[in-house]
Amino acid sequence: MTSTTATNSSVDLDGAAALSSPRQRPRRTALTAVSFAVVAALALPLIFLITEATDAGAGNIWHLIWRSLTASLLWNTVRLTVVVTALCAVIGTLAAYCVERTDLPGRHVWAVLVVIPFAIPDFVVSFGWSSLSTWVAGYRGAVLVMTLAVYPLVYLPVAASFRGADPGQEEIARSLGASRLSTFFRITLGQARRAILGGSLLVALVILAEYGAFEILGYQTFTTEIFSEFSVGFDTASACALSLVLVVFSLIVMVGESSLRGSGHVTRSGPGVQRVITRRPLGRMKLPVLCGFVALVAAALGVPVGSSIYWMLEGGAHAIAGESLLSSALYTAGYSAAAALVSTFMALPVALLVIRRPSALNRLLTRTTFLVLAMPGLVVALALAYFSEQHLDSFGYQSAPLLVFAYALMFFPLALVGVRASVAQAPVALEEIAGSLGVPRRRVLLRVTLPLVAPGLGAAFCLVFLSAVTELTATLILIPTGVQTLATQFWAYQQNLSYAQAAPFALVIIAIAAVPAYLLGRFFDRLPVRHDARAVPRVVS
Amino acid sequence: MSPVRPGHARMLRRRRLVAGVVAMVLASLTLAACGSSSDAKGVTITLYNGQHVQTTDALVAGFEKKYPSITVAVRSDDEDTFDAQIVQEGSHSPADVFYSENSPALEFLQQRGLLAKVDDLTLAKTPAKYNSPQGDWVGVSARVSVLIYNPSLIKKRDLPTTVLGLANPKYKGELAFAAGETDFQPIVTSVLQAYGTATTLKWLNGIKSNASAHVYPDNETIADEVNRGAVAFGVVNQYYWYRMRAEIGASNMRSLITYFAPHDPGYVIDVSGAGVLKSSTHPVAAQEFLSFLVSRQGQEIIAHSISFEYPVASGVSTTQPETPFSALAPYPIDIAQLGTGERAIALLREVQLL
Repeated sequence: MTSTTATNSSVDLDGAAALSSPRQRPRRTALTAVSFAVVAALALPLIFLITEATDAGAGNIWHLIWRSLTASLLWNTVRLTVVVTALCAVIGTLAAYCVERTDLPGRHVWAVLVVIPFAIPDFVVSFGWSSLSTWVAGYRGAVLVMTLAVYPLVYLPVAASFRGADPGQEEIARSLGASRLSTFFRITLGQARRAILGGSLLVALVILAEYGAFEILGYQTFTTEIFSEFSVGFDTASACALSLVLVVFSLIVMVGESSLRGSGHVTRSGPGVQRVITRRPLGRMKLPVLCGFVALVAAALGVPVGSSIYWMLEGGAHAIAGESLLSSALYTAGYSAAAALVSTFMALPVALLVIRRPSALNRLLTRTTFLVLAMPGLVVALALAYFSEQHLDSFGYQSAPLLVFAYALMFFPLALVGVRASVAQAPVALEEIAGSLGVPRRRVLLRVTLPLVAPGLGAAFCLVFLSAVTELTATLILIPTGVQTLATQFWAYQQNLSYAQAAPFALVIIAIAAVPAYLLGRFFDRLPVRHDARAVPRVVS
Repeated sequence: MSPVRPGHARMLRRRRLVAGVVAMVLASLTLAACGSSSDAKGVTITLYNGQHVQTTDALVAGFEKKYPSITVAVRSDDEDTFDAQIVQEGSHSPADVFYSENSPALEFLQQRGLLAKVDDLTLAKTPAKYNSPQGDWVGVSARVSVLIYNPSLIKKRDLPTTVLGLANPKYKGELAFAAGETDFQPIVTSVLQAYGTATTLKWLNGIKSNASAHVYPDNETIADEVNRGAVAFGVVNQYYWYRMRAEIGASNMRSLITYFAPHDPGYVIDVSGAGVLKSSTHPVAAQEFLSFLVSRQGQEIIAHSISFEYPVASGVSTTQPETPFSALAPYPIDIAQLGTGERAIALLREVQLL
């Protein structure tokens, strides 16, 4: 990212940080070493892909990639990614603006409701919609379902950014004669630009790796094709070769995002200017906007929940498997929470490194960690199976720690987004003051740095937790034998067309995920109120 | 205000939160540990199950009752994922037994030398034509390919009676099939065997054009879509229709099934089977499990379960209201000819269905 420090406060703290005293050098080295270890762990799936793809032979790969189905897969993947990302950017930004900057009635309730859809597994959303109407299929089905499932990835950072933005600039623009509309586009959206782009980047990467929803909707992308390679050909090498194409896609998306991000800085006039933002009255727009929110929540939350309940009641004859529901709910929550914890603490050193020591190399390394988001869970899981077989004699294979580690890798970028934003906002000066007062380094980390970045850690935890709760393909490979998560149980029943028995598992997934979604919504909602004494934390990615 | 004091208070709160989360994680991991330690009576074998979970659960329950000293730990996933996984796991594979829905998944492992020989007594319970020609896996149950159709969209007399008829341009927009489904490639292999490469390619292009938007990812989707009227007819294995009926009730069925003409190359029997991995650490118990699958008792479980597959061993026949297995008139293609489906896949790729 281009100099996030410019966004945080009037004092250029980075200059101070760059003057290294001998005292700080060991800490720097340790930080770099830990970060590199994290980056190396995240590179494991990529190494696996390259190793396997090499087995396929260059000629084979070339043939596979350049046949004309690839052209149609390319077209399918690109048009879906572009349209869904654009829709998510518009919906996420508008929703965030209405919740944060207008007098929308019930905004505290909406702030939570619009986040929960992120927690509904995509296969549940697509299943809910496709059981409603045959219209929901193929391309339009994929656009509809994916937009509804992932727009919160834009909403969350943009809402936080609107909240932290400096309202003074809008007032100045208005006082200089700019129209409301032009102020909105040039100032308000300008302030949120980084957040919008960052959220859109996550959306694009997540769509590249999506599988379950498209399988149900019958839409072919590179990722569904990768799964077909596994399924009909039992052909891991070809599947890995195609996955490398996905990696190239992600690189293109990331380069695109960083060039759009540009070098323009969004600067606050100073840390002291944060104040209550005057909410714009919606006036005549109140009813249409409310209808818009009702429609959004009905489509993204109502349909999947409603169809799950419908299926459950429809098959009343089946007893609900209460015991397996409870135990799989506990496992799901346990694994996901552990993964969220690991991922968040892996993200901390990397975020500290890239923000405090923003060299080109460090930025590049951080960016490469985003690639893992676009890799199908199946690939990540097989990579871990491969490495544990090759180097550890399969020690720990199909154990809880390895599954947790897999989740932590897969959703690391989400954690990094959350942590990085907080680190960027935390003034280094406070740590240095503590250091100059003779507080030992470790205690500075525990008592100054961690509390300063705690909000970002919380957000990171919730984002990873939400994603891990719904993970299926890697779970099936790595879960300890005999253990079921909610997602694997849902899958098992759905495979057997036992929708009535599958439905309660979908509902419990939603219920479990609603808790962190609620916390996340509340957390972003309360940001400035809790932290107005310091620089305002903001999620920029 | 010093930044340290409130930070300290917050840190205490955070510590409590972190402690809570850690406790939750530990609790669930302990739960996991207890789950596996209670299994530690005698031998535990691990079953990689690519078959439908409910069928397997019934078989495992029957087996554990008969052999109280052996516990079966079941992992379920798609059979093709298991193949990829077992290859990655290599000699350290935790799996003792692999139970698959279709023979190509087993043939693939056999080709790679990952399966052990099955006991002769076990093999003898199933007619030889449904077993691995090399004796590396045993056939357990079978299914047959059929046409599922929605009578409100197409009359039975208008349906094709031969597999080549599926490519007739008059069915444009009416046909559904699942090119990527492991149940479909045996049909392609069979057409290839009967008519040769050129005809098969032409046929594949024809059905691709007829199905266009109705090339679905799996048979469950075809059954659903035909039943709700999104498409007129499709190619599936018979048991998907019976299962759907058992699940949603006869009153919600808007579809019917019909067979291809006797001995037509589209009329294909798919065999589901099981094998023991060479890397198994409990080969004796694993062989016991295989033997149970094809025993009268195991076959009766399949016959009475709602899996709607045909038992093939120990002379057991299905009790379900299906066309009896002996009354079927499939195309005479054997397991070795079905192989791993490599050639079928190459052709499917050539016409860009994969």
